[in-house]
Amino acid sequence: MNLWLTLAVNSIALGGLLFLLSAGFSLIFGLMRIPNLMHGSFFMLGAYFGVTFLDRGMNFWLAAIASGFAMALIGAMVERFFLKRLSGQELPQVLLTLGFSFIIADLCLLIWTGDPWQPTTPAHLRGAVQAAGMFFPIYRLVIVGVAVVIAIALWLMVDWTRLGAMIRAGVDDAPIARMVGIKVSQLFTLIFALGAALAAFGGVMGAPYLSVYPGLDAEMLPLALIVVILGGTGSLLGALVGSFLIGFLYNFGQALFPDLAYVILFLPMVLVLVLRPQGLFGKVVP
Amino acid sequence: MSLRSPRFAALAISILLLLTLPAWVGNPYYINIASQILFWAVVALALNVLVGYAGLVSLGHAGLFGMAGYTAGLLLQAGHGHLVADIAAIVATLLTSAIFAILSLRSTGIGFLMITLALGQILWGIAYRWASLTNGDNGVNITTRPEFLGINLANASAFYYATLVVFGLAVISMAVFVRSPFGASVRGTRDQARRMNALGYNVWLIRFMAFLISGFWTGVAGLLFVYYNQFISPQVMALQTSAEVLLMVISGGTGTLLGPVVGAAIVVIMKNVVSAYIERWNLVLGVIFVAIISFMPEGLVPGTARLWRYGWHRLTSRKPSAGDKPGDRAQ
Amino acid sequence: MTIERRTVLKGMLGTTALIAAPAVLRAQGAPFKIGLLTVKTGPLAQGGIQMEQGIAAFLKEKNGTLGGRKIELIVADTGGNPAGAKTKAQEVVERDNVNVILGPLAAFELLAITDYVREKQTPLISLAAAEDVTQRKANPFVIRPSATSAQTCHVMGDYAAKDMKYKRAATISEDFAFGYEQMAGFQRAFEDNGGKVVKKLWPPLVTPDYTPYIAQIGNVDCVFNGFAGSNPVKFMRAYADLGVKSKVPLLAGWTAMDDALLRSLGDEAVGVLSAAWYSADFESPSNKRFVAAMQKDYNVLPGGYSAGMYVAGQCVEAAIAKLGSKADDRKALADELHNVSLIDTPRGPVKFDKYGNVIGDVFIRKCERKDGKLVNTVIKRYPNVSQFWTYDETAFLAAPVYARDVPPAKNLE
Repeated sequence: MNLWLTLAVNSIALGGLLFLLSAGFSLIFGLMRIPNLMHGSFFMLGAYFGVTFLDRGMNFWLAAIASGFAMALIGAMVERFFLKRLSGQELPQVLLTLGFSFIIADLCLLIWTGDPWQPTTPAHLRGAVQAAGMFFPIYRLVIVGVAVVIAIALWLMVDWTRLGAMIRAGVDDAPIARMVGIKVSQLFTLIFALGAALAAFGGVMGAPYLSVYPGLDAEMLPLALIVVILGGTGSLLGALVGSFLIGFLYNFGQALFPDLAYVILFLPMVLVLVLRPQGLFGKVVP
Repeated sequence: MSLRSPRFAALAISILLLLTLPAWVGNPYYINIASQILFWAVVALALNVLVGYAGLVSLGHAGLFGMAGYTAGLLLQAGHGHLVADIAAIVATLLTSAIFAILSLRSTGIGFLMITLALGQILWGIAYRWASLTNGDNGVNITTRPEFLGINLANASAFYYATLVVFGLAVISMAVFVRSPFGASVRGTRDQARRMNALGYNVWLIRFMAFLISGFWTGVAGLLFVYYNQFISPQVMALQTSAEVLLMVISGGTGTLLGPVVGAAIVVIMKNVVSAYIERWNLVLGVIFVAIISFMPEGLVPGTARLWRYGWHRLTSRKPSAGDKPGDRAQ
Repeated sequence: MTIERRTVLKGMLGTTALIAAPAVLRAQGAPFKIGLLTVKTGPLAQGGIQMEQGIAAFLKEKNGTLGGRKIELIVADTGGNPAGAKTKAQEVVERDNVNVILGPLAAFELLAITDYVREKQTPLISLAAAEDVTQRKANPFVIRPSATSAQTCHVMGDYAAKDMKYKRAATISEDFAFGYEQMAGFQRAFEDNGGKVVKKLWPPLVTPDYTPYIAQIGNVDCVFNGFAGSNPVKFMRAYADLGVKSKVPLLAGWTAMDDALLRSLGDEAVGVLSAAWYSADFESPSNKRFVAAMQKDYNVLPGGYSAGMYVAGQCVEAAIAKLGSKADDRKALADELHNVSLIDTPRGPVKFDKYGNVIGDVFIRKCERKDGKLVNTVIKRYPNVSQFWTYDETAFLAAPVYARDVPPAKNLE
């Protein structure tokens, strides 16, 4: 097996998955300024929903979308009934989202037990690409494709629709947006639900490859954080580039410098925060 | 506070209870739980210096805590004495705190939180993956607890008293800090950073010093932790620990002396005592946090005080003052 | 699953909570207390939950009474980390005053509490594999009816070299004590029989994606993996997805192909060879009862985690029966546990060496699909395997304990 080529392709594949995970996080963080520490839980819970739907014989894509919808509903409720009352208060938001992440993790353990769940790769996506001495599963490349499609869809939404204009206004300056008549409150609920749905969708997409197990939430949350900090909060392009960057750092770091794998992963985050706090593609918030 | 005030009475009773705890608790298991509450309370108090008084939310304190524990553990394992190991541990923690502070104080708010989180994760990553240095997941065992003034701390009560002394010193130093001009200037940088700057205060330096104080007590607590468990492993430095300590501070009430102690007690009791009776203790802990935030966003201690005042006013004057209604936020 | 965690096993596994005063417990006829240190939260919870099921199945079979004594089972969740193991060991010893501890699950947990149980003179029946606890630092209060980390891996190394005629191997396992010791055992037996271990890979316990490691597996005849918890599921899928499985056969330690994991696995596991000290399809009377009970009560195929606790229960029963009223003496119980010798257990005959480690059978199994279900079929049985394998005990103990680089891998490429 060609090590370098495999690592490179896998970096891109992991990047695709990371984008699905962190696009929603970036929107929530950028627009609402909420450090949503339950984002990893959304990913995990979504994946559990997905494997349950698949277990009942549902079509793979349908399961992923259904899981996204279910999570959107949950996200919207959490936002409406809990987070809404805490707008602008970072500390209580941190506590609340952490509290919910405890609750979700324990509920998942209760419902889905400690067993790992790994759905089979959908039949039409099995197989592998063989090229230049490399053997690479098609499914992971499909994830990249899906990530790109979602990235384009999100970009179209943010840049070309009325909703997107409202989001942009909200990211840039929420008080002004409110003054010009944008219903920021409803917008926030919508974005939070969308972010939750994207994470859940990503969770289902990732399940045949990462599997779902207790602790997946805590593994994914820091990755989402790094991606968004690197790329810049609220910037979709940033989340996309950040995802692929972290994909590369993760793969090559683990293979080349296993002792320092996590230093390699987190050091860029520190550097960006210190040298360019708005992230690589973020706008300077006045 | 006057000698006849209820606060003084409460304080005197608490001190008495703490001093006699091993006698009325009896079972060494519960004495050990009390020791755990005390050293976690020290970490929570330390974090509170930043979170409560300086308005800087750190999610990297587990890294500092582990730094002290690992330095001491590795030096003891290498055959050095307790004094050398302990001093080295505190120095290492202070140096690490200084680096943390220099990097993270370029930012405030969420930026500060994120930088400390990332720095904490780097230290965790080293403890976790640099196996040739830190023994990785297997952790570091230390065989003995130190002797303190000729008293062997191996016994649960002896260790409890040692921890109580440290805890007492920490509380006193925090009380002094809060009332000192320096404490006032730290609060000033939280509430009115620009004005402080204009008044000629070096805001950065004040925050830096606050970080060092916080780091110092975190390191001390880290030492207590490693002596208590006689063991340290990377899980201690994980984000989970930083989050738990932050939860202690916020749930108890930031910017108060009692709050972090109450928060530490809740978390330690949930994790160790309640978990023996309720399998889903993580769920209960999560629900408690969500409930605290929903009903007492300022934390348990200020929240209870507010309800108390509210009830008191209702009883005495039947005319509550506007600021004391539940639902109004403290400050 | 019941919410009550302190359960007295009365009759048919009743769930009456009991919080008795310590004075009452010492009285004649008081229940004999077993403290189970297990993992019910986090990545290792999969095995930990089975440990509880295993001992519960045994106690139910015995109507909650062992050797005439009522048994009280106290379950403590360590969270799967060493500090948690220490706290919970203190809980069951100092608060609940248990007669014997069962568990813990992981080697790094056992290493964190071995000195403690010695100091508190509380017998412990370990599932965890940390070698030195029954070797250079043998603890008179610990017995281990499961296996040391390397006990089954010596066998696998021998089998791979002699029976499979593999020459070049790569090893991959978690970067912690259990992984080190497993891989060391495999390497030693494999290389002593003419094989060469040319690559050793150490991903961390928490690894979302194994591709960076699998991609480094070069030109070898076989890969030996020693993953634990839920990691084998992830690893084997990636191994197959990356096309390595069709070229390089996969060998596994007992945790990596545990029978209880089979329902989480798919075609990627077919053909994998594993060495284990327990196999669900082993035909002994007690194993048939055990497997049937586990399927009836929990609808699972039991694996080593639950079987280990069942056997531990049998050891306790034998010791109580022998000691009678002296069973409350912790030291006597620890000594008697070392003398236990059982003919019929789910894993075959069990006896202990003077260090408290089991001498028992090791099975080589091949994963197959039968009637649509995955099973580990036993293809070879090595009887009475000792933790020292075929090596001289004195020389074995004079050498340093197995570690990441012990014995040194001289053939790395």
